[in-house]
Amino acid sequence: MDFLMNPLNLMTFFPLVGVAIILLIPRERKDAIRWTAVITSLVSFFVSLQMLMAFHAQNPGFQMVYDKVWMKTGGFEIHYALGVDGLSILLVLLTTLLTPISIFSAWTAIEDRVKEFAIAFLVMEVGMLGVFLALDLFTFFVFWEFSLVPMYFIIGIWGGPRRTYSAIKFMLYTMVGSVLMLVAILWLGLSQGTFSLPELLAKGSVPAHLQTWLFWAFALAFAIKVPMWPLHSWLPDAHVEAPTAGSVILAGVLLKMGTYGFLRFNLSLFPEASVRFAVPIAVLAIIGIIYGAMVAYAQKDFKKLVAYTSVSHLGFVMLGLFALNARGIAGGILQMINHGISTGALFLIVGIIYERTHTRDLSAFGGLWKIMPIYGAFSIIVALSSMGLPGMNGFIGEFTILMGAFESPVLGPAFAISAALGIVLAAVYILVMLQKVFLGPVKEKNLSLKDLNWREITVMAVLTVFIFWIGLHPAPFFNLMMPAVEKMAGGLQAAVLAMH
Amino acid sequence: MTFSDFTTLLPETVLVVWASVLLLLDAFILKARKGWTALLAAAGLAVALGFALAQGSGLGSAFGGMVVSDGFATFMEALAAASGVVGILLAYDYLKRLEIARGEYYILLLFSVAGAMLMAKAADLMVMFLALELLSIPLYVLSAFARKREDGEEAALKYFLLGAFAAAFLVYGIAMTYGATGSTTIAAIAAAVSAGSANMLLLALGGGLLLVGLGFKIAAVPFHMWTPDVYQGAPSSVTGFMAVSAKVGGMAALLRVLVLAFPQLGGQLTPIVWAIALLTMLVGNLAALAQKNIKRMLAYSSIAHVGYMLVAVVAFADAKLAPAAVAAVLFYLLAYAVTNFGAWAVVIALERAEGKGLEIADYAGLGRRHPWLALAMTVFMLSFGGFPPTVGFVGKFYLFRVAVEGGFIGLAVVGVLASVVSVYYYMRVVTTMYMKEGEPEARGDGWLNLSVGAAAIVTVVLGVVVAPAFQWALQAVLRL
Repeated sequence: MDFLMNPLNLMTFFPLVGVAIILLIPRERKDAIRWTAVITSLVSFFVSLQMLMAFHAQNPGFQMVYDKVWMKTGGFEIHYALGVDGLSILLVLLTTLLTPISIFSAWTAIEDRVKEFAIAFLVMEVGMLGVFLALDLFTFFVFWEFSLVPMYFIIGIWGGPRRTYSAIKFMLYTMVGSVLMLVAILWLGLSQGTFSLPELLAKGSVPAHLQTWLFWAFALAFAIKVPMWPLHSWLPDAHVEAPTAGSVILAGVLLKMGTYGFLRFNLSLFPEASVRFAVPIAVLAIIGIIYGAMVAYAQKDFKKLVAYTSVSHLGFVMLGLFALNARGIAGGILQMINHGISTGALFLIVGIIYERTHTRDLSAFGGLWKIMPIYGAFSIIVALSSMGLPGMNGFIGEFTILMGAFESPVLGPAFAISAALGIVLAAVYILVMLQKVFLGPVKEKNLSLKDLNWREITVMAVLTVFIFWIGLHPAPFFNLMMPAVEKMAGGLQAAVLAMH
Repeated sequence: MTFSDFTTLLPETVLVVWASVLLLLDAFILKARKGWTALLAAAGLAVALGFALAQGSGLGSAFGGMVVSDGFATFMEALAAASGVVGILLAYDYLKRLEIARGEYYILLLFSVAGAMLMAKAADLMVMFLALELLSIPLYVLSAFARKREDGEEAALKYFLLGAFAAAFLVYGIAMTYGATGSTTIAAIAAAVSAGSANMLLLALGGGLLLVGLGFKIAAVPFHMWTPDVYQGAPSSVTGFMAVSAKVGGMAALLRVLVLAFPQLGGQLTPIVWAIALLTMLVGNLAALAQKNIKRMLAYSSIAHVGYMLVAVVAFADAKLAPAAVAAVLFYLLAYAVTNFGAWAVVIALERAEGKGLEIADYAGLGRRHPWLALAMTVFMLSFGGFPPTVGFVGKFYLFRVAVEGGFIGLAVVGVLASVVSVYYYMRVVTTMYMKEGEPEARGDGWLNLSVGAAAIVTVVLGVVVAPAFQWALQAVLRL
């Protein structure tokens, strides 16, 4: 009972209650299964709001910590430890928000094996929340690896024609990185005598020769997940084949596990190595920004276009994090949230039209604005937010990141200017996309398309609220993370000074 | 010889005597009622298991130091007895289906379990050799139990010939060791080595030959050639049993000999074990990739799992790390055993007459037709692949932990990458079950379903509640 009194445990494991209930519902009663899944994930969402209420934003440390010895064996202890701080709280809220949204969005899109689908999503939520909340390297790895399995099923069972290939590719790619991280975790934990993150942080920095190896072992795992150029090739396959709801979660949350990993482990545990390797990482990030944007522009498939924009946007996040100052990191975190909302919404937009026309070929559309005005309005808002139009969320994130990079002690104006080129390119692919889909003459076969139904409007409206909220009044979001970010930036600053 | 000598060997004695009695009794049991033989055999195993557990951390040595009862032996005996029980559960309905239901199956199985148990207790190389033969000879017969099937006969003959060959290596190794130290008792060998009176060159040769002989039993590369053919040719219930019991016996002897008798030979033997571990992981996993038959795939995968265990065995000569290494191997054997039983139970549920239903492609559509069976198989595949929260993950974690702590980081890296390779072929089974359409037929009696369900639950529970089982493995220390 003590276990479930902690909001973090309750939030993380409550979806399993839904799984148990769904197992008892006969598989023909699809609506009952769907409602159970949505309500269960909404309960987790409400618990996460309760966590938000109890969260002290001024406190930079871990809060609501639950820490128990999991296994104490042969000279070393492994803990089950969860906790939340300013770096993770927004990602936790994003996860609990996007999970019900994506289950809700799949109401009519998924008709086959609804039971398994609902179970996969709820199990997925457990894994994702665990990753963001884990305060012990072992606990973290368990959730990290565990979260692969439901996504594998989501892509592989409900995906497009090349689903089995994409599912296994997704899994093997991620695993290559993560098993090397496991060796690094063992190495770090055994050399420092603990696997607990707060204890590792309190111990101070890891010896320099070890830092280099460990930094790259962790970085490889996270860079594959982000994905950073040139490790991104699993992403277009996974995204294009995944069902809409799967793409929303994949882009919205799973990719953030990579950037969050950099933030939580690389930057905080290996500050000297982070300073030393900030430039190469930032260069890869810039390449990702520009490459992603250019490849997105060249796509004829609506969904592939959105998939490549992720490579570009997450390049911005990485650039912000490796600016190694408070502004860059804060911008990076906010941009993770922005990307989750905007790209999640973009995938929903693709999904909505795909469900109606069964095609994603950009040339098959045109003039949809006239046929589906509500759909058109939401699409334009979302597309412009993804492009970074002032007044919307994307602008705040990208602007903060560019400022951070500009002022950065390790990067500098050249990086900010090259990244700004990415914003220009984003305008190109977004506007071309809008033009192809919404302007121009209407195709005859599209004349009878129905506009959004109440479910779709609800989902899009929720996301749109956040687009404008973050765009017009970002202060509450920054306030939540700032103390923790400043603490981390302080540590990095010290490392910079020590290096020069 | 005193009374306590016999109490030390009580579990083995019970099994051998009971098997002999059962051999007579079986003649009076009607052919249609062979279920009674199965039940009586299982009861005998349960009694032996009870005695083994009652010995706990041990009564010490007996028969002049030729057998020893310690926590290590108890752990291994429990695993061997459990594998015997599962071997019976899996077989009862299966043998009837294949029309080879004969009482001898259960009796031979009892003898083999007795051999595996004795191997765990052997503190003298001669006893170890006898135990190995007691373990192996019934297995040769069991492999050919589906008599008229040609692949079964081929498997048995191959197993027998190569087994005899390996036994010769073992005897030769024992002879060399005897020549080097003047004794075959492990305690005396260790004493001779530390006193400096042993001929180290001869001893290293002896150690190497013992490694070959035991490497054959546990199917380490390059002594693994027989495994795929035997695993495929033998009746599935035999394979499920032997994939655990033979490895339990072989690994028990290997650990006892390496850790207790040859810690001084670290310089010579560590690189050899290192290379064997590396090859075993790579060859097992890469060869499994190419398999279309599920029995062959599981055979190669079992080779790979031995490779992972050997990663920890590499640290045998490091006195500080050896207890952790032994515990990690024991825990992994437990993890492997549970997962393995479950996987073979599913194989048996899908196997039909004349070897049909054994291709991985035959599993297509299982996720729809038999969702629970498919879910259980998924759990086993994930555990074999090392995913949390299953026991396979925790087991690998401890094995690689020993390697990292012992400074064998390169080996650990190869190990984890090899396990990524393994995910490909394990997930192929899952992919086939859930993402391909088909109409697979599965059948099985309550006992088989019980085995599948229990194995799946234990696989997950041991992956979450690790401490008690691992604590047991940690207390299972070897002693002279």
